Amino acid sequence: MIRDVLGTGHGAKPLANLDVFCVAPLNTPAKTIPPGVIPPKKLLHGVVAGVRDYGNRMGIPTIAGAVAFHPGYLGNPLVFCGTVGLMPRDSADGRVEPGDLVVVAGGRTGRDGIHGATFSSIELSSESENQSGGSVQIGHAIHEKTVTDFVLAASEEHLFHAITDCGAGGLSSAVGEMGAELGAEVDLEKVPLKYDGLSATEVWISEAQERMVLAVSPSEWPRLAEVARLEGVEATPIGTFTGNGQLALRWDGERVGDLNCHFLHEGRPRERLRSIFTPPQHLPVCWSLENENFETVLLELLRSEDVASKEWIIRQYDHEVQGKSVLKPLLGPMGGPADATVIRGVLGRPRGILIGIGLRHHLGTIDPFEMAVGGIVEAVSNCIASGADPERIALLDNFCWGDCRRPDSLGTLVEACRGCYEAAVTLKAPFVSGKDSLNNVFTWKDNAGVVKEQSIPPTLLATAIGQINDVSLCVSSDFKRAGNRIALVGISTTELGGSQLAVIGRTTGGEIPKVDFKNCQNTFKSIYDLNQQRLIASCHDLSDGGLGVALAEMAIGGGLGADINLEKVPLDDTGNLAKPDELMSLLRVACAETPGRFLIEVKEENASEVDRILQGSTWSWIGTVTNDSLLTIRCGEDSVVTQTLVHKLATAWREQSTAQTHGKS
Amino acid sequence: MLSPRALILRGPGTNCDQETAYAFERAGGHTKRIHVQALAQSPSLLDDFQIFCIPGGFSYGDDIASGRILAIELTERLGDTLRRFHERGGLIIGICNGFQVLLQTGLLTPDSTSGKQAATLTRNASGRFIDCWIRLQATPGNCVFLRGLDHFELPVAHAEGRFTTVDKTFLQQLDSRGQFVLHYAKDRNGQQTNPNGSEQNVAGMCDTTGRIFGLMPHPERFIEATQHPAWAGRLDPHADGAGLTFFRNALRVIGKDLG
Repeated sequence: MIRDVLGTGHGAKPLANLDVFCVAPLNTPAKTIPPGVIPPKKLLHGVVAGVRDYGNRMGIPTIAGAVAFHPGYLGNPLVFCGTVGLMPRDSADGRVEPGDLVVVAGGRTGRDGIHGATFSSIELSSESENQSGGSVQIGHAIHEKTVTDFVLAASEEHLFHAITDCGAGGLSSAVGEMGAELGAEVDLEKVPLKYDGLSATEVWISEAQERMVLAVSPSEWPRLAEVARLEGVEATPIGTFTGNGQLALRWDGERVGDLNCHFLHEGRPRERLRSIFTPPQHLPVCWSLENENFETVLLELLRSEDVASKEWIIRQYDHEVQGKSVLKPLLGPMGGPADATVIRGVLGRPRGILIGIGLRHHLGTIDPFEMAVGGIVEAVSNCIASGADPERIALLDNFCWGDCRRPDSLGTLVEACRGCYEAAVTLKAPFVSGKDSLNNVFTWKDNAGVVKEQSIPPTLLATAIGQINDVSLCVSSDFKRAGNRIALVGISTTELGGSQLAVIGRTTGGEIPKVDFKNCQNTFKSIYDLNQQRLIASCHDLSDGGLGVALAEMAIGGGLGADINLEKVPLDDTGNLAKPDELMSLLRVACAETPGRFLIEVKEENASEVDRILQGSTWSWIGTVTNDSLLTIRCGEDSVVTQTLVHKLATAWREQSTAQTHGKS
Repeated sequence: MLSPRALILRGPGTNCDQETAYAFERAGGHTKRIHVQALAQSPSLLDDFQIFCIPGGFSYGDDIASGRILAIELTERLGDTLRRFHERGGLIIGICNGFQVLLQTGLLTPDSTSGKQAATLTRNASGRFIDCWIRLQATPGNCVFLRGLDHFELPVAHAEGRFTTVDKTFLQQLDSRGQFVLHYAKDRNGQQTNPNGSEQNVAGMCDTTGRIFGLMPHPERFIEATQHPAWAGRLDPHADGAGLTFFRNALRVIGKDLG
């Protein structure tokens, strides 16, 4: 990902990394783990260590992320990594000129990573580790860092016309893409090797890391070579971009490949696949509540893996290197969770970039359309809560799906794409990047020798990149001062399908809360207007666990209490009213996960101005911030549903993180 | 009056050079980031500077021991240059990996017995990298960088920050000479902090002249209020951070010398 940024236009500076992991629940019983599968706890610790060692050494802050849990990721865990880069406005377009040298710079080529791209797209099985070990590329962060320093130095002096990283497919796709129109001839024996013995084919397709391909005018080559030498990077011309439209490969002068570029890029006939989508039947909500009360369920939600603090991971990543961080992943005096994380683009300048992440993976098998729009709205809401301008948001989509040759699986993909389209068009937020990984199926033989298979749940990760002109207007999620008022902005429904209440096993069935775009857009604009006038002391979007969890998180971050009344929550027409003596009705209002809602904290003296600006929006005052260190939830003025120490909420929220911190690394 | 100039050393794996340069510039200085190879080729480059700064990062990947290879390069190829630089009144600061490098060069402990390295920064007691904010207490003594500082917060971000010495005697020697000028302090609840298990909660130390200083926390990451994790809604976003004082102090001292 870092090299993708480096290989864009005339080279962009990597600014921040984010990572999202999807794994099976950490307490998955050992006896249910198929052969060849790494237990989820060991796997997650390993992945975290990998990202930590590479990202930290590169000096790129890892500022945002998420971990999502679902049993379906057991044999096929997902790791999403992203990098945000920055470049001068006039450096966006790289253009190869005929006669330019094909220069490979950075690491040497070896046998590691042969067929890496193929490996990442095939079905995995219990034998994969043995069969495909050589497909895994071996990275070296310091080489990558020196390559980065070299590329940025060369870019500053305009020493190359275009640049691409050697990613999937290695030189074959890097040179192939750069020479797609002009064509190129390459002498493969000139490629510097880690060791002897590679065939021409292996050199051409190896995905060995830390390599960039540059198009360099012969007149600039001497200076480029000098810059490379100063930075301690190996750079070697291996051929020429010709202009004759042929991709020609030689090995010691012998022709080993010659294909027409147009045929190579356009020659493949388009495949047609069939898709079917059968909308799932929603069963009525079924509750499993025995001795529970409101407080025990709320604590259970805070402890649940998706919601719980990820501090044990966050603190292992350097999220502050480069000095640009403005809102960090943990905020406030007591370290509550952030919505978006925010960094400055350039040190000393006020403009900021916000990153929000939305992942509604529990909806994947129930309603892929709502998973997509819900995820996108959540990612955007994160940005809005922290201060982003709703009119300047860009999106990324990452699809991970099962076997899309199956019509029903393809059907869910089509539904998710429809959701992406509708969300992007309605919110006027363009998709600027994305990636897909299809075919995430794991097969194994059980003890009886029966072949089993498991697909991941359809998973769409949405990322939103927002902008703010002046980072001093950023808002954090932690409560600021006792006596301030709390409002809930946005309309609430009480559907529970796919919610965290279902994940913790308290409900089954139920409708999925649908995104109401019109309401969302109004809400986004209202929050932005309030922010611009500095009327919000804190703001938090409601996501996993709904209102109850969001309140708890704001209290945890600020180390302050709150007193709110569920009767005041603005419900839509279908919403079930909360009744003091009916736990289920209370949980519906407090834990439903209708997307596009925000809690805001407002100073008393700003209340009337907020009243004025929010006229025409769906919203209501629901309570106040308190200094009694208690979260008090009422249903009606005189009926206290629960009164829980914030410390107790914090302990529950941090329980898993504390266990993992003290666990093995 | 000449404007004080700071040389920010960079090499393979250095990654805090830009924000450190920014910190010196915000404090009113001029900076240049120079690659260790370029400096080793032309040591006279250092003549134009009054401050020599080794910023944070993972120099050469820290593959042998943190800071070891860069320290060897500095000692072998620039040892005399740096000693002369220090003797003519130059200031040397090493931050995080730079502190690890400084300790490995022996510049902070020139009189350690037997010529062996007598103090080091080793793996955190937790065995893990940690990024968090921490309360510190300065007891500046003659350390020019810490003048006027008492209790303040800075972030730490390292996997190898546990200060330790070859034996207790040497530890006491350094302590009694007042070289431990920066300690991890008690937090607001009165709990002693120590993110890495350092002996005596040492967060930073200087040489006996007070002009060579190394520390694990990152002053360059708290130059302005918005870098603090709890600034939003609590601090004036345009206020200075405690870390800026380090760089202002250095420039002030040099400014006086430059007259």
